[in-house]
Amino acid sequence: MTGDTRSGAAGVRDRADLLARFMIMPAIVYIAAMIGFPFVLAILYSLSDATTGDPTLRLVGLRNYKDILADPVFRTSLKNTFVFALVSQSLVIVLSRVLATALMAEFRGKWIARFLIMLPWTAPISLGTIGWLWMFDSIFSPIDWILRRFGLLGVPGALLGPMQNLYWLGEPLLAMASVVIVHVWRLLPLATVIQLAGLSSIPKDLLEAAEVDGARAWRRTLEITIPLTLPIISIAFLFGLVFTFTDMTVVYVLTRGGPIHMTQVLSTWTFFKGIEGGDLAQGAAVSLFMFPVLAGIAALVLRVARRTEVV
Amino acid sequence: MTGTQAFLRKGRLYMILSLFALFSAFPFYWMVIATFKRDHDLFNPTNNPFVFNEPATMDHLHLLFFETHFLTYLLNTFLVGIAVVVITLVIAVPAAYSLARWARGWGEMLGIGIFLTYLIPPTILFIPLSRFASLLGLQESLWSLILIYPTFTIPFCTWLLMGFFKTIPLDIEEQAMIDGLSRLGAMVRVVLPLAISGILTVVVFAFTLSMHEFIYALTFISVSAKKTVSIGVPTELVRGDVFQWGPLMAGALIASIPVAVVYTFFLDRFIAGFTMGAVK
Repeated sequence: MTGDTRSGAAGVRDRADLLARFMIMPAIVYIAAMIGFPFVLAILYSLSDATTGDPTLRLVGLRNYKDILADPVFRTSLKNTFVFALVSQSLVIVLSRVLATALMAEFRGKWIARFLIMLPWTAPISLGTIGWLWMFDSIFSPIDWILRRFGLLGVPGALLGPMQNLYWLGEPLLAMASVVIVHVWRLLPLATVIQLAGLSSIPKDLLEAAEVDGARAWRRTLEITIPLTLPIISIAFLFGLVFTFTDMTVVYVLTRGGPIHMTQVLSTWTFFKGIEGGDLAQGAAVSLFMFPVLAGIAALVLRVARRTEVV
Repeated sequence: MTGTQAFLRKGRLYMILSLFALFSAFPFYWMVIATFKRDHDLFNPTNNPFVFNEPATMDHLHLLFFETHFLTYLLNTFLVGIAVVVITLVIAVPAAYSLARWARGWGEMLGIGIFLTYLIPPTILFIPLSRFASLLGLQESLWSLILIYPTFTIPFCTWLLMGFFKTIPLDIEEQAMIDGLSRLGAMVRVVLPLAISGILTVVVFAFTLSMHEFIYALTFISVSAKKTVSIGVPTELVRGDVFQWGPLMAGALIASIPVAVVYTFFLDRFIAGFTMGAVK
């Protein structure tokens, strides 16, 4: 640096190495303070006996983990978290494929179709779920109304039973199905847009060449489209998993974990234990059960992303 | 392809799309109906729920705007959103530029590190952060949300902006420096104006993501007048065990649609930032 021709401040403004460090620093400090440190604190809490009334950290070893593993509600939550995420995302992948293929075509009124289809993702999730809460209402559910109209419900000998309503959020299995439906509804737009990006990246001449060679539609799909878009399908699947796996809003708004904890998931159980119940230690321990799965998913995402860049 | 085949194909296309659009938009249609339906009509299980069996009414909207804190929720959401946007820009723009321009070994590691923060979701962080908020005396204050929401906007927006900065050729900056600008001057006066569409995208996402947020707001805020729409509507418009369906649906609808419209315009960029270039 030529200090004689420039002032010290101008020198700093030209020192790329210093600038680089200086400009990245606020982000690192913030992330360390507000994500890194709380994460460590969550681990410490899970090994302590802290409550909201007495939040001092006294380490008690693995006692909390032992306690929650023995708790049947926790085991239901753990199972549900996996079931909801895997079932809903498997459905989402299949449906988003169909929808993305349809949206590839050019047609009039495409923007309105796109806007409507994207609504579940673009509107705030807690508010969208409220719409579903009303749809699943125990008495005024429009789904039940349609079923009654078609004679599938509400008359003696009807396929779904003689009662007037199905009680979507009151029957354990139906309540679980409701949660899955809302997750599918919410994540379908995201997966569709990701799949659309994948489909439009396939070279057109490749498909045309295959068509000229006489390959039928299903063979083109099986041998060209699916292999070429597999990395993107897996990205959509993995991100969908992360979202549903960690989501608390849908279950909280829809069922609050009921009936009798049958739809409880790790995130809601963390909230009910740690915040409403005031047991910070056990709440933190419950939430940390999400971490290994998330770490696995992230490793997969990085692998897929890296491999795609090589291709 | 013959005319009939084309017609059939078109028909099938519209049918598939209509089914999906119906599934996606139905809860919102349902909100529109409930917003304007009289209670007497709404709460009759034999009435056709999809149409107005009695004249429409503005009662629910009136109740929502004048007898609940709905307008306060909107204002709170707006204030928090603006503050989060400012903080996000101040921190993420320089960080992204730094990573895009000067990242060699350590930069790449840092970039991946920032990506990995996706791994630690709000559902793990809200318990320790609730202690932060109470230690700082920020419970029941919008400041707690303003302080904490950048935990999800900064990593995401840094990733997104990094991609934008990488598309701006280095030559332009070098030329500006030959013309007498300093390194920093070249970034501020030459690169930032070129990245304006990226920055606008970040503004939209920081705002919509904070508007969507639920868990932190639910954990830190319980005073009605301090709530944001995403928690105010689901928790406060239910009086005791009685759901005020009309106002509840009206509130959900009014808060959803504007943000959905804006978001739709920027959706493709959201996906690009999100999948870190795995989708090209």
